[in-house]
Amino acid sequence: MENLFNLFIRSVFIDNMIFAFFLGMCSYLAVSKTVKTSMGLGLAVTFVLIITVPVNWLIDNFLLKQGALTWLSGQFKDLDLSFLSFIMFIAVIAAMVQLVEMIVEKVSPALYNALGIFLPLIAVNCAILGAALFMQEREYGTISEAAVFALGSGIGWWLAIIALAAIREKLKYSNVPLPLRGLGITFILVGLMAIAFMGFMGIRI
Amino acid sequence: MSQNVKNNSEPFFSLKNLKLLTWPLDSNNPISVQVLGICSALAVTAQLKPALVMAVSVTVVTAFSNLIYSLIRNTIPSRIRIIIQLVIVAMLVILVDQILKAYVYDVSKKLSVFVGLIITNCIIMGRLEAFAAANKPWQSFLDGIGNGIGYGIILLILGFFRELFGSGKLYGYNIIPENFYIHGYENNGFIILPPMALIMIGIIIWIQRGRNRKLIETR
Repeated sequence: MENLFNLFIRSVFIDNMIFAFFLGMCSYLAVSKTVKTSMGLGLAVTFVLIITVPVNWLIDNFLLKQGALTWLSGQFKDLDLSFLSFIMFIAVIAAMVQLVEMIVEKVSPALYNALGIFLPLIAVNCAILGAALFMQEREYGTISEAAVFALGSGIGWWLAIIALAAIREKLKYSNVPLPLRGLGITFILVGLMAIAFMGFMGIRI
Repeated sequence: MSQNVKNNSEPFFSLKNLKLLTWPLDSNNPISVQVLGICSALAVTAQLKPALVMAVSVTVVTAFSNLIYSLIRNTIPSRIRIIIQLVIVAMLVILVDQILKAYVYDVSKKLSVFVGLIITNCIIMGRLEAFAAANKPWQSFLDGIGNGIGYGIILLILGFFRELFGSGKLYGYNIIPENFYIHGYENNGFIILPPMALIMIGIIIWIQRGRNRKLIETR
């Protein structure tokens, strides 16, 4: 229990997907204009993460890893299918994103229009494939660890996008040089936020 | 139908088609205007060489995935289109990976991680969704090449400055003369870190929009 809590805090703050690994930048920069839409996107990304990472954990541990197929028959104990992990992970993610797109379209058409092309682009949001690959690389022992890691990364991403959106809403009232307005100042802002977050680097809990 | 015939007889390099090629270079640049493909721009631009290989491979993959998707666009139900797009992209990326391995093995060994990153490069799927899904194959192919080059330009600018000021080299060769170091010049290690790449993209956008005032966001 203690361990899971540590893992959660670590994946939210120290191993933050945006500020430590710079994953999922495209939709992060493009959709963070208002707090409301970024709430929606953050929720969608967290949701996709919570589902795909445990599913990919199951696939990795019961199909792909070396010796993973021994539950089927003892003769597979030398079989290593992990070269298939890219395509399996991406297929699971794409299917999930399609599902989320249909749900959002039904439940909230306004949010669907606000997110536009960046809703299907969650499928290629590097944060999601990145989380699946980190899960494989760090060899989480149980499915609950994988799920907590996914929840933490999702919430970390969500916090980051809301923080940026809140700053951008305030920024509307400041006198930014004309050519720098909008996207330009946002890039510089994210750079400065990332430098600040580098303070978390290397902390051990 | 008659319009269809007319469009088919249009010359391959008509003015409209050339416009598709040049438009993404400046006023519809994938990185600085459409905000696509940022992750890889941060990851590979600490040096010039990976930036160059990444730019070429992304151009090839974008162009051909646009072409293939545009050829089969009318037969795909929209509910399963994301999976189909990713399968096309993954197939092309595996091809590029194998070609790099076959002809430039030493480069590909260094770049194997980055080549995998192409799958999750938003430019490719962004252009599939935004352009190839509604346009003819040849136009989509040109659009893919144009966007790949537009992306490549930004990558090369970033790679040039980050390698020059960060490690004093260009394409792996020492550029800053030894004398400079003796007289107290030091490489700026900060510029190698990813946050600095973000700030540099911000400055590129500043310069671009200062020149091209139509792009300024009025909100």
